[in-house]
Amino acid sequence: MKYQGFSFNKLKIASFDFTCCEGCQLQLANRESSLTDFFELLDIRNFREISSEQHNDYDIALIEGSVSRQDEVERLEAIRRQATTLVAFGTCACFGGVNSLKNKFPLKESVTEVYPCMLIETSPIRKISEIVKVDLFIPGCPVNKEEVERIVVSLVTGSLVFLPKYPVCVECKAQINTCLFELGEICLGPITRAGCNSVCTTGKTPCLGCRGPAEEINMAAFLALVTERGLSQDDLREKMAFYNAFEGFTNYEA
Amino acid sequence: MKRDFTIAIHHLPRVEGHADITITVKNGKLLDARWAVVETPRFFEVMVKGMSAERVPFLTSRICGICSISHALASIRALERAMNIDPPDAAEKIRLLAMHGETLQSHALHLFFLIAPDFAAAASILPLINSHPDVIKAGLLLKELGNEISTVTTGRCTHPVSLVVGGLSKAPDQQQLIKLRDMIRERKPALETAYSFFRTIAIPDFKRETEFISLSNGSSYPSIGGRLVSTDGVNRDENEYLAMTNEYTRDYSTSKYTRLSRASSVAGALARFNNNYQLLHPKAKEAAASFGLQPVCHNPFMNNIAQLIECVHILEDAEELINTLLDMEIGEIKRPYTPKAGSATGAVEAPRGILYHHLETNAEGKVVHADCIIPTTQNNANIHDDLRELAEQALKEGKNDREIEKLCEMLVRSYDPCISCSVH
Repeated sequence: MKYQGFSFNKLKIASFDFTCCEGCQLQLANRESSLTDFFELLDIRNFREISSEQHNDYDIALIEGSVSRQDEVERLEAIRRQATTLVAFGTCACFGGVNSLKNKFPLKESVTEVYPCMLIETSPIRKISEIVKVDLFIPGCPVNKEEVERIVVSLVTGSLVFLPKYPVCVECKAQINTCLFELGEICLGPITRAGCNSVCTTGKTPCLGCRGPAEEINMAAFLALVTERGLSQDDLREKMAFYNAFEGFTNYEA
Repeated sequence: MKRDFTIAIHHLPRVEGHADITITVKNGKLLDARWAVVETPRFFEVMVKGMSAERVPFLTSRICGICSISHALASIRALERAMNIDPPDAAEKIRLLAMHGETLQSHALHLFFLIAPDFAAAASILPLINSHPDVIKAGLLLKELGNEISTVTTGRCTHPVSLVVGGLSKAPDQQQLIKLRDMIRERKPALETAYSFFRTIAIPDFKRETEFISLSNGSSYPSIGGRLVSTDGVNRDENEYLAMTNEYTRDYSTSKYTRLSRASSVAGALARFNNNYQLLHPKAKEAAASFGLQPVCHNPFMNNIAQLIECVHILEDAEELINTLLDMEIGEIKRPYTPKAGSATGAVEAPRGILYHHLETNAEGKVVHADCIIPTTQNNANIHDDLRELAEQALKEGKNDREIEKLCEMLVRSYDPCISCSVH
């Protein structure tokens, strides 16, 4: 592959899904007008959802979903042994995602409720980094394909991969939206990492923090804001727990 | 010829989710044909408990990455019926448009990415980009149009933003609707290109009589809500979803099974077509005739063609819906409501068939009980029974193990299974 006199190698890439909805992998097939150019950057070695041809000589592995069964742990460890760059792809992989809500309930009771007459193997939800070393996190529920395209180009050209450090509020303000706090809603925009183009708040629904904490957030000020405005603490807890992305209110390295 | 063999497909490729196919033949006789879903369950029915009604559709949409709009709307419909909320007319029309967008996107993904390679001797869409450039271009134009309809109506193409209990949090403006209508008009010729490809494909000659289940409302092709009907003459109220499904488990599958009048039945595009043919747009009926597709069709491979016919209907009906929206004052888009205790079913026609969410709320509007029954769950028994009959027919015709393996893969793909969704 040549571009302006420089030559680049395609990324030898694979995409794998674990406990999830497969919506993040689906984004790889979206943005159809740039799709054939996007595929040009990739040498797809293994991507079961779209191809019957499967090879195990990939360098980059995209991991979608969280882990909830022993066979997934083994599959993930095998992928880790092969991949030079392992990417936690989407909110479930990065933080556990909505799947983590399961962990609030006693496991045995959950199984009996859904499968009253059957033995089912399931374990508490774990994010990918609890099992193997993760080299790159791409959060989002689902991932933002525009951001994925930018990161893939960076990986092909060997330039620096980064995520925005600032919160969703910055993107939301740029769209001249009315702040949802002004409308009496708790919104996690002030503490959540940008990069989604504030898609939820622009649609007038509160940010639930799928991209996890922004860097250097002022959590104390945020919590004070909710209290000062007399907004519901139950609502705050429900929103903060939604994607399990604010566990311990800590940052993660991107 | 080899007459003792086992076909073991682990994690069938080019379908959503994880499932295995096993076919065992001994002395030329079929011993076993099995469809086993091995996907990890996520326990959405448990996770949703204690959550406020307004947040629930944002959770349940995450059941599926392909049909998230259907899941959001099934929950919303269940909650609105449980709490007696009547969403504004404009919101209902925009929701119908959103459903069209999702179904078009899902059908285009299935037709061009997942099954077209089977009929062009390829492993994936990638070689087809060069070998069939016009067909793939047409497929991408249709898929992009589906995603654009979803984005304009719900804020994003996967995991909708503005579909909320009571109506919508935001509606598209007139300029967006006009642009969308132009895009629909411009892209109708892509359907002709799609026809030209799908007319040439060799649809396997196979049929097994079965029961087809879908929604039906008597006045329009089904989408959100209605009566629950089947080709065996069943006709029930939306809340009677349990009598339609009779769920049970099999120990080799994390996805459940259902039954109605027979041991197996079908949901999906072909079921909608078979039950609601008269309500299709005339252009879709014309297209069906040109493919020799008539109700009641019992060839599961024709589900692919039924999806293509639905794409024709969607483009026409979406244009009409936009015209209606442009002619009316959109005004109110969300009805305020007071949470209350209640329970109801929300049934919608997801791209892959009839989807039920049954939700119960308490006086604070928190969900206390949930039950979701997914289209693919309702197809498991039929896939299983079809696999056996197809393998037996192929053995009689003297086909070898490679040919039988390919046929079985193609059969399962024709159902467009949404496996992680079915396990949820």
